[in-house]
Amino acid sequence: MGLNIDYEHLNQELKDTLQKARPAPPSGFVMAKLDEAIGWARKYSIFQYPFVTACCGMEFMSVAVSHYDIDRFGAGMPRFTPRQADVLFVVGTINHKQAPILKRVYEQMCEPKWVIAFGACASSGGFYDNYTTVRGADKIIPVDIYIPGCPPRPEAVLDGLIMLQAQIQQEGYMNKRKALRKQGLKELHGQP
Amino acid sequence: MDTEKSLSPSAEVDILEPTETRRMRVNVGPSHPAMHGVIQIVVEVEGETIVYSDTNFGYLHRGFEKECENHTYQLCIPYTDRLNYVSPLINNEGFCLAVEKFFGVDVPERCKYIRTMLSELSRISDHQTCIGAAAMELGAFTPFLYLMKGRELIYRILEEVTGHRLTINYMRPGGLAANLPEGFFEHLRDIIPVIREVTSETDKLLTKNRIFIDRTRNVGAISKEDALSFSYSGPCLRACGVAYDVRKAFPYSAYDRVDFEVPVGSTGDTLDRYLVRMGEMEQSVRIIEQCMRQIPDGPVSVNDPRVILPPKQEVYHTIEGLVNHFKLVYEGIRPPKGEVYQMVEGGNGELGYYIVSDGTGRPYRVRVRPPCFMIVSSMDFMIKGAMMADIVPVFGSLNMIAGEMER
Amino acid sequence: MASPKTSAPVAFSSLLSVIKGHFGEVVLAHRSDFGDDTIVVQRERWLDVLRFLKDAPSLAFNYLVDLTCVDYFGQEPRFEMVVHLLAFESGKRLRVKARIPEEDATIASLVPLWRSANWLEREVYDMFGIRFAGHPDLRRILMYDEFEGYPLRKDYPLKKSQPRVPLLSPEREEEEEI
Ligand code: SF4
Repeated sequence: MGLNIDYEHLNQELKDTLQKARPAPPSGFVMAKLDEAIGWARKYSIFQYPFVTACCGMEFMSVAVSHYDIDRFGAGMPRFTPRQADVLFVVGTINHKQAPILKRVYEQMCEPKWVIAFGACASSGGFYDNYTTVRGADKIIPVDIYIPGCPPRPEAVLDGLIMLQAQIQQEGYMNKRKALRKQGLKELHGQP
Repeated sequence: MDTEKSLSPSAEVDILEPTETRRMRVNVGPSHPAMHGVIQIVVEVEGETIVYSDTNFGYLHRGFEKECENHTYQLCIPYTDRLNYVSPLINNEGFCLAVEKFFGVDVPERCKYIRTMLSELSRISDHQTCIGAAAMELGAFTPFLYLMKGRELIYRILEEVTGHRLTINYMRPGGLAANLPEGFFEHLRDIIPVIREVTSETDKLLTKNRIFIDRTRNVGAISKEDALSFSYSGPCLRACGVAYDVRKAFPYSAYDRVDFEVPVGSTGDTLDRYLVRMGEMEQSVRIIEQCMRQIPDGPVSVNDPRVILPPKQEVYHTIEGLVNHFKLVYEGIRPPKGEVYQMVEGGNGELGYYIVSDGTGRPYRVRVRPPCFMIVSSMDFMIKGAMMADIVPVFGSLNMIAGEMER
Repeated sequence: MASPKTSAPVAFSSLLSVIKGHFGEVVLAHRSDFGDDTIVVQRERWLDVLRFLKDAPSLAFNYLVDLTCVDYFGQEPRFEMVVHLLAFESGKRLRVKARIPEEDATIASLVPLWRSANWLEREVYDMFGIRFAGHPDLRRILMYDEFEGYPLRKDYPLKKSQPRVPLLSPEREEEEEI
């Protein structure tokens, strides 16, 4: 019935639409490149805040020191104040007593910020399912990258970090800024 | 300080007169750069001197005891890994010994030696982490890197044996999950000199280091009597001069057949705690070497259908084996009614398991005696009257492991 | 204080007779199974008995190993305090217990005898709701102040959590049994 779609035509249409939707060439050109340049610069200068609570911290140490050396990926500099950090590493179990602190630390970080859930506990609560543990850091704060494992092997951590870098690269600084600005205005003035 | 007074030009201030100080409340933690563990210490300082402190913790309470009550005995073992996550094999050993005490089973010789050897490897990694982290917090970053190098080698060999670097889940009531892999002893022989070298490098970097000594000597000292009143055990107690070591006083596994010394300190300060730990690492290496020489061949698990899963051959080919396997997995091993207390020497001291069994496949109550709980409970006592900056070395030397302390 | 095991441990039977000689019928039951010696004492004499065990020169159980509680839900009296002692000189270990009824869940505090009892008792209070008479600072220790109930009691559900901050998504599906 409706399956005789003219793909040739559709494709052409799509191309035209995209062409039209694009902003005028000069600004568009600059915009795209600036985005990429900023993303590229950002992804290799990650300042991390290690929110270390539990056993995963041991593997976090292993990743940080010479054998695996997270510094090779531009994320070797732990900042112990959330105000100076871009990436929050949630390392280990979060329990309900800890939750407000995690939330506070996250809120104190300046935009742009990303969150990595390190290990099974931070991703989903792991095998602790009881009265005291939170079933994953994403119940408290938004999380960008989940690294599975209990604890994850250092290679897995580095893999997760590379994935985050790809995300940072693609994110588009300008778009994110616009979105944040909108969100900020909304928070200031209430619903538009 | 009274700024108005000191800044006003007309006032005739005697600069030698002590300035008025006000008490200030400073919050350290729970997420603090110089604290490798989530703990909050609220201190009240007068100038730099601590007059009052209150230690709060529980930020890693994970409900271990409740979780155990809802799992079969075998399924509790992975939870014990995560108690003192720096030396998980010792936790496994303690739990398995406690369950074995119910049944009265005696594990084969080879198993005892393997347990001893791996526990000592764990102890080394525990002390390495403690010393490394404590030194790092005092600004000595290089020893940390060296020690972590040693720890990485231990992790690798443990991975070879158990299948995981950290959370090993290797021991079982009545034996071990598997025998040693091939080439284990060669590998161990290779890394022992490296571990020794790492220790001696750290020794050179720290033991005669002026800055390190100044920050640790006579800091956080505690007397024998106070330490015993606070139920200290392990390296912190031995630093006070009490040679109490569970491995010597109540030997288990193969500790009665190996020869080792118990290093003791004298003053019980932070420096002594460090020295005791350094000495213990060397003794642990000695124990491992003796075990390597003495270890016999043979099975690693008892042949007791009440505790150990039957060999796969039997499970697949005989109905008894199948039923036995099914019952052990589904219902769990069922110790007789009663209660036991079994202790081992953990990285931080006497690690005890108190298990109450009601005859079913799940423990009625599991209580862990966490050695660092008692040790950290003396924190407020120790830092009272000390300087603000002393918190960091004292706390580092107590080696608080949140997973064990808060369970 | 020397290293442990410098004197021979006192036999369990003579220990019982020493206590009986001093207090009369204070020991309600005694057992030694799996190699551990246990005595159950009257709750009212808890502090006295432990002080005697600590101070009597022939016994000298001067080291508090552990202090905890067990909830025998459905039995009367419901709770049981458990204390593990070690005589440092002789290496003798002893378990001392006392039963506590639910309606009046109080017992004397051991803080006057051992300083480590302070936090241990706070933990028992936090987890079981036992009150310790004479404890200097009985607060919650592992859980937070807003927490209601005592999690290690058998009638507290394993998965009943009490979040302190609003969660972004529900912790578990509604149907899932708590
Ligand atoms: S994921 Fe595993 S290793 Fe990591 S904190 Fe949780 S229990 Fe510990």
